[in-house]
Amino acid sequence: MATASIQEAFDRSRAQGRAALIPYITAGYPKLDQLEPLVHALEDGGADLIEIGIPFSDPLADGPILQKAASQALGQGVKVQQVLDTVAHIQTAVPLLFLTYINLVYRRGIEEFIRDSHKAGICGLIIPDWPWNESAKYQDAAYQQGMALIPFAAPTSTDQHLDDIAKGHGFIYTVSVTGVTGVRSSVDAGVEPLVKRIRQHTTLPIAVGFGISTPEQAKQTGLVADGVIVGSALVRALMDQPDQAPEVAERFVRALRNAL
Amino acid sequence: MERVRAVPNTEGRFGPFGGQYVPETLMPALDELTAAYRQAKADTSFQREWRDLLKDYVGRPTPLRQAYRISKQLGFPVYLKREDLNHTGAHKINNTMGQVLLASRMGKTRIIAETGAGQHGVATATAAALFGLKAEVYMGAEDVKRQALNVYRMRLLGAEVHTVHSGTCTLKDATNEAIRDWVTNVRNTFYVIGSVVGPHPYPMMVRDFQSIIGREARRQFRGLTGGYPTHIVAPVGGGSNSMGIFYPFRQDPVALIGVEAAGEGIETGHHAATITKAEPGILHGSLSYLLQDEDGQVQPAHSISAGLDYPGVGPEHAYLHHIGRAQYVSITDAEALEAFHRLAEWEGIIPALESAHAVAWVIKNRDSLREQQAQVLINLSGRGDKDVDAVLDYEGGLE
Repeated sequence: MATASIQEAFDRSRAQGRAALIPYITAGYPKLDQLEPLVHALEDGGADLIEIGIPFSDPLADGPILQKAASQALGQGVKVQQVLDTVAHIQTAVPLLFLTYINLVYRRGIEEFIRDSHKAGICGLIIPDWPWNESAKYQDAAYQQGMALIPFAAPTSTDQHLDDIAKGHGFIYTVSVTGVTGVRSSVDAGVEPLVKRIRQHTTLPIAVGFGISTPEQAKQTGLVADGVIVGSALVRALMDQPDQAPEVAERFVRALRNAL
Repeated sequence: MERVRAVPNTEGRFGPFGGQYVPETLMPALDELTAAYRQAKADTSFQREWRDLLKDYVGRPTPLRQAYRISKQLGFPVYLKREDLNHTGAHKINNTMGQVLLASRMGKTRIIAETGAGQHGVATATAAALFGLKAEVYMGAEDVKRQALNVYRMRLLGAEVHTVHSGTCTLKDATNEAIRDWVTNVRNTFYVIGSVVGPHPYPMMVRDFQSIIGREARRQFRGLTGGYPTHIVAPVGGGSNSMGIFYPFRQDPVALIGVEAAGEGIETGHHAATITKAEPGILHGSLSYLLQDEDGQVQPAHSISAGLDYPGVGPEHAYLHHIGRAQYVSITDAEALEAFHRLAEWEGIIPALESAHAVAWVIKNRDSLREQQAQVLINLSGRGDKDVDAVLDYEGGLE
């Protein structure tokens, strides 16, 4: 089962005494035909899971870097079906997840989107504007089909919410700070107490994202969390050298992985 | 006529529409707001303070009067509800007074808002100044250009205006940026949404604050004529002025007509007629109708009126359309401009371009309205001073 592979990925990294590394890339940035080589590069660099963003016109959880990547991808005419088709061709041992926004899912039909993503080899969906209240009724049916709808926890989350998402699947996507995605100069001091607090409510793996940019920050976060998510900093590195995207991505991820 | 159910339900749903589609970081803030608003709604001291502000500061009640020269021209009585006579020149301040009063009760020290035409930004800056709070307003670069006077007005009122350069550089993008600010500063910041859009409880709360328009109009119209209008006509962008006047009449035998912007024409694709297209979608926290492509990417809206230039619409409007309680029509830029001039010449009132859309629909349908012996009430949501420069420019300047 595909959702089992998420758990296996966390188990494997835990057995090696380190946090799982979860890089993010935007499908269609710098080009859609780069997606497959980029996924392989991330795998070779040591990624344990990979998030693939499907670009949306109004990404309200994203900061300037990921907004720019999405808008450039859409400017090239990237379609949801093209992303699904491209992903379906990728042969990789690393579990793949989609990150996108609810309107793209809703427009296709929630069940259809889950089914089509599963067929393409995706094992989890991360939808920042689809909170637990709205997604809870789809959780179990999706899981039975092999799709984890990844629940979110934030510094502002209530205890009730942390109890509720313990019923979720995959892992807990923990937002390190109140805010949007982006590059930050340090890891927020609140991350450690937040992760400890979440652990009191759930046995699911806890991955932390939003603002982790450097090997040092990844290392620091990996000491408390089960997984470290890095998006904007990686995409920014690709923006600096878009013509050498796979090489840049592999180097970038290897440096993070070596720090964990 | 189908009876309108009491909406929204406890999950913030208007039939299938509405809900709360925001990042988890904001969910506790929405719960906090829902609880604070529920308390304020039931609190007579809050309600009294808000009403006193509307009366003594905003200048309510606004007049409702028959527009005799239009009535004579068209051959049936036309009444105007004069929201343009509010302090700051539009209906927007009814809502900002309510929300900023609530913010101040909740102990929030920082106010943010999005604005399209700039009217909501000005109304928010005004309320914030009155309460001694700091306001920051997000406005699309395109709108900053179209509505420079309102930008300066906000600055005079002590607000900081952030120009938004992402996406289509209009209201949609200003709203994205305001939400990004809110998610970052959620602990001390109150987000004053300007229309009946956004996640629950905003569509309900903004409707309640704007319903002062319809409650007054109902009393005034019955006082003048002893009956009801046959039609109430109001422009619809996000839909706050129209919901404000429709809502108190929802159980009455009155046709409710929402006028959307057809821009350069529905067939050109350059329009903002969200309900006319009626494609369900999720943007800015709620499920409603949305201008979008086959993938669900949001399509840019177009209207000569910055206040209607929005690809979404409030979920309660989607619901009223869905159950057939209100009818939604559309008017082009050219038709609205024509009505802008007609109202100025016939009644000595320069309307906001938004409001001119409602006037235009009445003029356009004069023959059938006359046959029906209609008595039409138009919600004149704002005054047109802010649009004079843009219209002059559009028409090629002074001869």
